Amino acid sequence: MIKGKVWKFGDHINTDLIIPGHYLDDYSIENLAKHVMEDADPTFAKNVRKGDLIVAGRNFGCGSSREQAPSALKAAGVAAVVAASFARIFYRNAINVGLPVIVCPEAAAAVVQGEEIEIDLERGTIWASSGKELRFKPLPAFLRDILDAGGLVPYARKRLVSR
Amino acid sequence: MPSKTFGEKVLSRASGSDARSGDIVTAKVDLAMSHENTALVLKAFKEMGAKRILEPEKLVILFDHRVPAPTVKAAEAHKQVREFVGQMEIPQFYDAGEGVCHEVLPSKGHVLPGMLAVGTDSHTVTYGALGAFATGIGATEMAAVWALGELWLRIPETIRLVFKGPLPRWTSAKDVILHVIGNIGSDGADYACVEFTGDVVDRLSVAGRMVLSNMSVEMGAKAGVCFPDAKTEEYLSTRTQRSWRPVLSDEGAKVKETRNYELSDLAPQVARPHTVDNVVAVDKVVGIKIDQALIGSCTNGRLEDLLVAEEILHGNRVPRNVRLIIAPASRDVYVEASANGTLASLMRSGAIILNPGCGPCLGAHEGLLAAGERCIATTNRNFRGRMGSPDSEIYLASPATVAASALKGEIADPREATR
Repeated sequence: MIKGKVWKFGDHINTDLIIPGHYLDDYSIENLAKHVMEDADPTFAKNVRKGDLIVAGRNFGCGSSREQAPSALKAAGVAAVVAASFARIFYRNAINVGLPVIVCPEAAAAVVQGEEIEIDLERGTIWASSGKELRFKPLPAFLRDILDAGGLVPYARKRLVSR
Repeated sequence: MPSKTFGEKVLSRASGSDARSGDIVTAKVDLAMSHENTALVLKAFKEMGAKRILEPEKLVILFDHRVPAPTVKAAEAHKQVREFVGQMEIPQFYDAGEGVCHEVLPSKGHVLPGMLAVGTDSHTVTYGALGAFATGIGATEMAAVWALGELWLRIPETIRLVFKGPLPRWTSAKDVILHVIGNIGSDGADYACVEFTGDVVDRLSVAGRMVLSNMSVEMGAKAGVCFPDAKTEEYLSTRTQRSWRPVLSDEGAKVKETRNYELSDLAPQVARPHTVDNVVAVDKVVGIKIDQALIGSCTNGRLEDLLVAEEILHGNRVPRNVRLIIAPASRDVYVEASANGTLASLMRSGAIILNPGCGPCLGAHEGLLAAGERCIATTNRNFRGRMGSPDSEIYLASPATVAASALKGEIADPREATR
């Protein structure tokens, strides 16, 4: 179960907004986390707390293949991203770095900035603070396995050992 | 055999199964490209406990995003990758200066029709121009590909685009793809394999087809393919000895959607800030002042792009308050444009010629924008802050429109500039 405070964002939050390209010569994810979402909301990186959640509109993470986008969100403390839809590379990257991503088109309209919500990844349920229940399709089992392992690095490590 | 789409055929072959759109398969890749972010790939590779690269001959590694290194951090990342390439004896490596990955890989014969290619760059879709199924992945996923040789893929639905022409003078592949993205929207082809067909595609050069495939990711596509023909064959004949066979969609294969575009009166197109689908005909934006004009990138930095820019600028100088920046896409493009006098002419028109690379397109270096500045570029993304300050603006257009705009110091219609 994931429980956290919501940060709301709109449609088409692209990877340049999540982490601008001019910072990417820095390979420290902790340093990048200090700039995460900077061009979308300059107050975000300073105020986000561990366990907070992002709820956004369509096409979240469109643009570049930069894995630093989900990694920096995770390093900043974000526990999951809920969006109406995701761009495909961001979606894969998020699972691969162990950041839960949830496709739920109704969420953006149903929750407000700062509200506390609860997510059950297994059952595919989001509870708004009002008690309103939203449903989403849980991840396929093999993607849940990657997430549960903590991302593709620990998952692949297990596979390599068993070879 | 029931009929199949291009995507179903390539991914069936690569996964050794009879796959249909919607299925999830584990597929073996034929080509695995990574650029500077190889530094992240090798970190994940080591963390996985992987000892050896399963098929090093399938890898191509090169530096293009930050070349030559603009910061000590970038230099250190280059050094680390260089050493790793040496240790692992990775045979296919291009150091700084060879050019942008999505021009270098096709032009050096690494891409063949029917391949399954992955790259740690969203514009890996460019290789679809040669009839490959090519898509972008992240660094950690690439590390798993190095170690295991495979990755999971969902077989995409197919969206077929049919372009009827001929295109009018001074419009090009860039105007076509901007028009289509404006029409479909920046997530209108999410997760799909886009097929580019019709007489307009047949008439385009391989370089022009690369523009279409390259920007298919800007409408969310997983892959964007142009089917091989005599031009593809000619292009490949001087670049590779390896044999290949075209993979085509079967007649009657099930596609999600077919869209027809009548393009014989298409006007030059411009994408306004800050999304790629914010597209209008050029006459809606003529007269908007610019500070910088940029010609280059994996989208439009090829020889034919530089030639059309030179044709428009020929003998005229850009205004003093406009920076015209030109980045040839590769060493080969640079050498050719240099040998035939194109670069000298552009220099005389006031251009700054950069070394081949991605630099300004992603705001890495070599042409960042200050707050309040405006750039018109032949690149592929106009997201807020991409080229520098979040308070700058990027307009996207064809090389002809960018050159015409540079000449006037404001967004201009190339059909007017050449009258």
